Amino acid sequence: MTVVVVEAAGARSRAGLWRWARNPSAVVGGTLVGLVVLTALVSLVWTPYPPLAVDPSHTLARPSWAHLFGTDEYGRDVLSRVMAGSRISLYAGVVSVLVATAVGVPAGLLAAERGGIPAQVVLRLSDILYAFPALLAAITLSAALGASTTTAMLAIGIAFIPVFVRVTRSNALVVLGSDYVLAARAYGRRPLAILRRHVLPNIATTVIAQMSLLFSLAILAEAGLDYLGLGTTPPTASWGNMIETGQTYLSQDPLLSVWPGIAIFVAVLGFTLLGEGIAELRNARLGRSA
Amino acid sequence: MISYLARRVAIVLVSLFGASVVVFAVLGILPGSPAQVILGTQATPQAVRQLSAQLGTNKPLWVQYLHWAHGLLLGQLGRSYVSQQPIGPQIARALTVTGPLVLFALVIGALVALPLGLGAALYNGKVSGTFLGALSQVGIAVPTFVGGILLIIVFAVALPVFPSSGFPGWSQPGQALRSLVLPAITLGLVEGAILSRYVRASVLDQLHSDYLRTARSKGLSRAQALWHHGMRNAMVPLVTVLGLELAALIVGAIIVENVFSLPGVGQLLLNAVDNRDLLVVQDIVILVAAVVLVINLLVDLSYHLLDPRVRDEGQR
Repeated sequence: MTVVVVEAAGARSRAGLWRWARNPSAVVGGTLVGLVVLTALVSLVWTPYPPLAVDPSHTLARPSWAHLFGTDEYGRDVLSRVMAGSRISLYAGVVSVLVATAVGVPAGLLAAERGGIPAQVVLRLSDILYAFPALLAAITLSAALGASTTTAMLAIGIAFIPVFVRVTRSNALVVLGSDYVLAARAYGRRPLAILRRHVLPNIATTVIAQMSLLFSLAILAEAGLDYLGLGTTPPTASWGNMIETGQTYLSQDPLLSVWPGIAIFVAVLGFTLLGEGIAELRNARLGRSA
Repeated sequence: MISYLARRVAIVLVSLFGASVVVFAVLGILPGSPAQVILGTQATPQAVRQLSAQLGTNKPLWVQYLHWAHGLLLGQLGRSYVSQQPIGPQIARALTVTGPLVLFALVIGALVALPLGLGAALYNGKVSGTFLGALSQVGIAVPTFVGGILLIIVFAVALPVFPSSGFPGWSQPGQALRSLVLPAITLGLVEGAILSRYVRASVLDQLHSDYLRTARSKGLSRAQALWHHGMRNAMVPLVTVLGLELAALIVGAIIVENVFSLPGVGQLLLNAVDNRDLLVVQDIVILVAAVVLVINLLVDLSYHLLDPRVRDEGQR
């Protein structure tokens, strides 16, 4: 009996893998995300040169075998700095998306389950936050607290909270209105148990797809703040601040801001596609058109 | 309809009040008084006290908030702590740059998004449709500042057709327009790419609808059926997106103005942040938040006008 069950589960996950493998968004997105994550992990233990090592005799060098992406205005190796910069972007993405999820999802669940005054309070608070787009929130916060990666991530995370409130609430409302939840209520299940056993598993994929999409927006926003000088500040390498300094040397070496630009492009494209892939796979499973 | 309108407006006013409290609180938690910041660390406590009294920053926070909010309602934005200049005229001058920039970008965005999205939907499942879809995906992943820098590299450094930065002022209309071309294209392309995804999804929805199949069975071509029956329905979600896009453009302008050194609202805001000119920051942030809220309100209302089903649902 046990053997049969295990086999069935194995067959199902193989079918799942096969569905993944046939979804171009998921494959391309997953590959690009994997590439960025791998780069960040490798950069922890190895980069061609130390990202902060200056070399005054080799400033603004063109790409060569010694320096694949060339060197910057201090003679620092650009490839090493792009690699190190991936850590800042991923770190910012992880923290801001976690902040938004940790606040937004429970608040959305509360609004869906309770309705009435709690729902109104949650929705009005989320309306207020909605008036501050991520970049504006971050500029305000860094005006108050000073520029740092932490300020930037926190502000982006807060600005994304309303998105999770809305997505969670609207999806949870659908589940809560279903017959099986009615049955579970009749059966005497407590609200928290219903949320945990019925609502969360059903909205998980949608929330995860949204997390991936917002991850890409978080990377964009954080890079933008770094570019404006309101996030990660030099000498720490981040893609945004590398582009900012690169712009100063545009006429001497245009590639200086192109390399980190490509890096942002790859990361953002990866997380967007992955998010869309997850959403498409979910819709396909439910028999809806994408 | 009237009660719905009143309710929506009330919600916007409450949100705006909440937003103003948030902005004031966030910028008010700052250590060190504005007077101290202006006078520097060398100033005598006496001078700091005197200037605090003059600026009104020695009063309790809630009094300061009321004073600020009261001024806002009367359209008085106060004077900059740093330059001592009135803030309203500064913002008005900056708007003569940001306004046209956002407007051009909106037009460019729509010009990019409609054909791209429509094409991607009509050729859905074919190679050309996939290609158009991928093109918009690529556009979304390019940050505005990178797009701007690429345009500078091509059209200002390699081929010096357009200026790479600066703004001569509207006294020279030709030059002024020329210096807005690259910034507007930068903003418009990126936003157009985002918008085209929604156009595609919206048109696809219509193409799969039952009434469009009926229209086709009457003998209309796909394009005719879409034009006569699908467009109005396809427009409903698009109005939302257009509104969101406008909000995104206003924020995007902050970055683009920085890329091209345009003296717009974004630059004013960032300079104020650099100089710790907090009243200017406070004023601009609340104004942008107000614009975002009003845009959202207008989007909701237009939804209401375009789609009777939403109208009924709104009565809840």
